Amino acid sequence: MDRISQIYNDEKLLKKLHDDRDITIEDVLENEMVINMGPQHPATHGVLRLVLRLDGETVTGIVPELGYLHRGYEKMAENMSYIEFIPHTDRLDYTGTMCNNVGYVLAVEKLAGIEAPKRAQYIRMIVSELSRIAAHMVAIGTYAMDVGAVTMVMWTFREREKINSIFDRIAGARFTTSYTRIGGVASDIDDQSISEIAKFLSELEPALVEMDKLLLSNRIFIDRLEGIGILPKEDAIALGVTGPNLRASGVEYDVRRAKPYLFYNEIDFKIPTFTQGDCLARYFQRGDEVRESIKILRQCLDKIPNGEVIANSPKKVLPHKTEIYSKMEELIHDFMIINFGINPPVGDTFFSVENPKGELGFYIVSNGSGQPWKLKIHSPSFCNLQALSQLCKGAMVSDVIAIIGSLDPVMGEADK
Amino acid sequence: MNTKELIIEKVKEKFGESIEEISDFRDDLCFTIKRDQIVTFGKFLKEDPDLQFIMCKDVTAIDWATRKNRFTTVYHIYSFKLNYTLRLKSNIDDDPPTIESVSPVWPSANWYERETWDMYGIKFINHPDLRRMYMPEGFEHHPLRKDFPVLGIPGSLPLPRKAD
Repeated sequence: MDRISQIYNDEKLLKKLHDDRDITIEDVLENEMVINMGPQHPATHGVLRLVLRLDGETVTGIVPELGYLHRGYEKMAENMSYIEFIPHTDRLDYTGTMCNNVGYVLAVEKLAGIEAPKRAQYIRMIVSELSRIAAHMVAIGTYAMDVGAVTMVMWTFREREKINSIFDRIAGARFTTSYTRIGGVASDIDDQSISEIAKFLSELEPALVEMDKLLLSNRIFIDRLEGIGILPKEDAIALGVTGPNLRASGVEYDVRRAKPYLFYNEIDFKIPTFTQGDCLARYFQRGDEVRESIKILRQCLDKIPNGEVIANSPKKVLPHKTEIYSKMEELIHDFMIINFGINPPVGDTFFSVENPKGELGFYIVSNGSGQPWKLKIHSPSFCNLQALSQLCKGAMVSDVIAIIGSLDPVMGEADK
Repeated sequence: MNTKELIIEKVKEKFGESIEEISDFRDDLCFTIKRDQIVTFGKFLKEDPDLQFIMCKDVTAIDWATRKNRFTTVYHIYSFKLNYTLRLKSNIDDDPPTIESVSPVWPSANWYERETWDMYGIKFINHPDLRRMYMPEGFEHHPLRKDFPVLGIPGSLPLPRKAD
């Protein structure tokens, strides 16, 4: 109370406040304005803070501020074993959790020289493509909601819900799955899951047509996206943009094709690209990628072989729980792996996978002990956000929302 | 001649003396280059018509804690022409650690180097905008250094004071 009464008694301050009321419209038009968007803003997809410099309604400069969701995963990784870090990869890009799981274990397997059985690799492909569809559904839905088409988010989340139910059956968790293990996957998928996936795919295709109808007959949606936030091909490469945003600018680069991992070299699929590089192209890009994922999934379901889902390598891969309780050797190996880790050889590797947001890479340095000496996460959202300041220059304030939505960053990943 | 041999031959021809080490672990080719050569080397790899490493994917550093050259910076660059990801390393031997910035060569290195400065405290000379990436501006420490405890340093971040 004292402070407030102090202010009311301060003659100088009162005069200043009074003078401020005499701002004319000309004053505003002549001066630039600095405003703060976020970190708690529904359109910034999490906790991204943007400082905008405005001339009227035109953005003349923009500074993204990251770090509001920084949890120090790279530091935590250095202090836990390779197996312990798997659940933390769920929390990176929390819309496409399975892709992160798969990317991480593949990186560790490359470092330690383990190869998972073929069935496990196919299961990994199936779950990561399902996860990609789920992530793109979230991306498209929230993107449309940001620019005013609110119905879309209900439609896309309905499809995503079905994927979550399938994950519940496969992995035992809907959202934070932690499904993959070093050397394979946690559990086999049964015939009912496969038939559920097939049923889901047959439902998704007509749903995609409906969604396209809903959005592309919406004049406001098209007008707000077409020709906004154009990212030319050269700039996209120079700024290190990855994933769908890079391909929407006309660069045909997809890790699944450029450096095939799992069994993507056995699968027939196209890499959709667009040349316009604007916000609308980035929307179409995601839709087309979902269609390609459906194609990949159908082939995977046809081709999936029978067999083991976890590699037989006792010194490096955790044995099954039933064996631990009944066999001496397995108990010893389990004890050693849990307490001392899998001890990959001294060296460093970089392994990247194609995630829904772009290229997710893990750079792991091993000193031969059970914990990584260093683990660097190359996160696609972080790379994509770097293009934001260039894209927003000269745009309107409302376009900034559309551009963020089209880049589709997930802050859990950008902030690590 | 495969891609790796081509890159090694090209690099050896031009930068023979500056290369400290060539390693090839798990099919990842890596050059360790002298610290003062990193920008010229990067420019060569980017502009050579046969190589064209035009995209910088990642910049980071390793803290070796007990070695004489405590920090090593690591760069991952990609060539669309060769479809190859190459790793470059550079050992830093001075304290406080400094190295020339590669962001004039690859603009995308801008944020990656900011992150490395934030996490390891390596100063990038000629960097256009060397601010912290994640930690608040007034923070004194560099969290990914090995001497920074996992639980953090009490008092290093301002906490709300007790009400009077």
